[in-house]
Amino acid sequence: MSFSHRHLLGIEHLAPTDIVTILDLADTYAELNRRPNKHSDALAGLTQINMFFENSTRTQASFELAGKRLGADVMNMSMQTSSVKKGETLIDTAMTLNAMHPDLLVVRHPSSGAVDLLAQKVNCAVLNAGDGKHEHPTQALLDALTIRRAKGRLHRLNVAICGDIAHSRVARSNILLLGKMENRIRLIGPPTLMPSGIGEFGVEVYEDMNEGLKDVDVVMMLRLQKERMDGGFIPSEREYYHRYGLDAEKLAKAAPDAIVMHPGPMNRGVEIDGTIADDINRSVIQDQVEMGVAVRMAAMDLLARNLRERSAA
Amino acid sequence: MTTLFDNARLIDPEAGTEDIGALLVRDGLILGTGPDGAALLATEGLDRATVEVVDCRGKCLAPGIVDIGVKVCEPGERHKESYRSAGLAAAAGGVTTMATRPDTMPSIDTPEVLEFVRRRANAAGPVHVLPMAALTKGREGREMTEIGFLMDAGAVAFTDCDHVVRDTKVFSRALTYARSCGALVIAHPQEPGLSAGAAATSGKFASLRGLPAVSPMAERMGLDRDIALIEMTGARYHADQITTARALPALERAKANGLDITAGVSIHHLTLNEFDVADYRTFFKVKPPLRSEDDRQAVIEAVASGLIDVICSMHTPQDEESKRRPFEEAASGAVALETLLPAAMRLYHSGQLSLPQLFRAMSLNPARRLGLSAGRLTAGASADLVLFDPDTPFVLDRYTLHSKSQNTPFDGARMQGKVLATYVAGEAVFRRD
Repeated sequence: MSFSHRHLLGIEHLAPTDIVTILDLADTYAELNRRPNKHSDALAGLTQINMFFENSTRTQASFELAGKRLGADVMNMSMQTSSVKKGETLIDTAMTLNAMHPDLLVVRHPSSGAVDLLAQKVNCAVLNAGDGKHEHPTQALLDALTIRRAKGRLHRLNVAICGDIAHSRVARSNILLLGKMENRIRLIGPPTLMPSGIGEFGVEVYEDMNEGLKDVDVVMMLRLQKERMDGGFIPSEREYYHRYGLDAEKLAKAAPDAIVMHPGPMNRGVEIDGTIADDINRSVIQDQVEMGVAVRMAAMDLLARNLRERSAA
Repeated sequence: MTTLFDNARLIDPEAGTEDIGALLVRDGLILGTGPDGAALLATEGLDRATVEVVDCRGKCLAPGIVDIGVKVCEPGERHKESYRSAGLAAAAGGVTTMATRPDTMPSIDTPEVLEFVRRRANAAGPVHVLPMAALTKGREGREMTEIGFLMDAGAVAFTDCDHVVRDTKVFSRALTYARSCGALVIAHPQEPGLSAGAAATSGKFASLRGLPAVSPMAERMGLDRDIALIEMTGARYHADQITTARALPALERAKANGLDITAGVSIHHLTLNEFDVADYRTFFKVKPPLRSEDDRQAVIEAVASGLIDVICSMHTPQDEESKRRPFEEAASGAVALETLLPAAMRLYHSGQLSLPQLFRAMSLNPARRLGLSAGRLTAGASADLVLFDPDTPFVLDRYTLHSKSQNTPFDGARMQGKVLATYVAGEAVFRRD
């Protein structure tokens, strides 16, 4: 097993072998998580700090649970109510935390690149839990693990990513990961929600959902942020649902065994029909949440091994 | 006092030549040039023993750089750059005239503030400082400044810097009034609605990095609007930075139609592209943001053809605190007084611009636009000169810069070309040991 990275800042820096290493280890943790005794000592004695500069319930809980199951001492810091409000800069916050000798730092920040910046200033391993519109690597990894378990492979699949691509770090990390693993990627959404230069991403772009979903193996829906719904990017919620919301009729265009994914939290009736989200034959949304814990355990375990090797050397 | 600069490679942007020769200076003015020092002295009836002789050893002697758009952070933020530190940086960079920006705190928008600035500048600096003033009060785009009084007080041009005057009525009146005073207006062509909040140029790189981006088309839209207003008002206009290929045809048409329009470009847009930002390196955050390689090449060609008239440093000091932030939140701008010439040498060594072409854009054209006699090697011009070696290689260490702020994108970069000495009115203001 080889995984030589110091931080997990994005999928961009990972090689396909790194991705397979993480997913393989995550598979074993997925099994552990289904046992009555879910405890491991992989991170025993290590301190994990979760620093969330942006609201998150699910991701933070997932990281917290992952750390606790591996025996780490986990601390949550909600940075929205802390010294940042008093004008402290990101670097100062990082230096303050650094002095507390954490081993793993899990960071979410509303600015693209903020986690990279922070990683340059601290001694511990940093995991990006989402930075602005840049990357959300553990989300892409948990999506990959979910796909691999449902489809039996993670290559040569037709994957459609649908919705607000422009503002989505989930989409960026998934495009990078699925591309590295040699899948065909289709992006479907209104042109106002497509990032610029999309033609150079090595993906196929569709504005029509029915056309784009044709024969795909995986349908990934993205959350549409409330603040983008009113007139600025799309005319209205109901028009969006009509044209881009995933319902039975549109899903029928996909391959008969296509799976449906969503990073959550869902807006039922905006980007996805509730009955599809709940359809146990198609929806793997609950599996994604489950795999999230396993993938985060694997990522933190691998980074901790490197930490220990470096301090031993 | 008479000085003979002998055995120099004379970079003459007017003639477009770079021949070995000599240049004679008396009392701060250029007396003449010739292929041979002895012959030059003889025609003036001078004896070699009675004049000071500078042996240039075949190095390049060019008119000193006239830099339009230097930010000196007085008043308001002297810790970032003072007239003293900027003057030292300019001298070390071969810049003999700085036309300084009014985007200070407060803005330079009244004759009183302008007089303060001139006092500070004259007391402190080794090079010429020509202050520019704001076009509108507080650079807010609502009311025009006292353009007449400000000109009397010494303002050489009027600009709201990177603030676009959004209200076309306000801008058209300011342009009309400026025309009646004969004032030069410098504007930042940009469609402000489209470019609001942008930290990068739209395209694959900005999308991968998840940065808020502006289409390069915003520059053309801004320029198109301004060109219509110049046609309407007849004002003298200079676009501070034209950085995209799409804006060039509009500029070309405006010039062909006889409008009084010139354009500049910063050295960073000529030597760097959007990918240099790499992993969110904030020292590469400038305004407008760095462009695609295609745009960079198009703009270099436009400088070569003369369509873009002026190369400037867009020297913008920022302290470490304002740069050590996430990219979106970090301040824009880079210091460049000292790196302008070595960076420009990249274009010379890549064979894209000759030395006379470079000094036409860095010295002659900006001097002409500001109505100065400097910027040329002709008899009667002010003896503002830079002696440099275009080939000396070095690795830039930002902590060796004279500026109080060291936010240069060229830190650690391999460069070629060093200033050996800088002369203002015939006096050496900088000499490299």
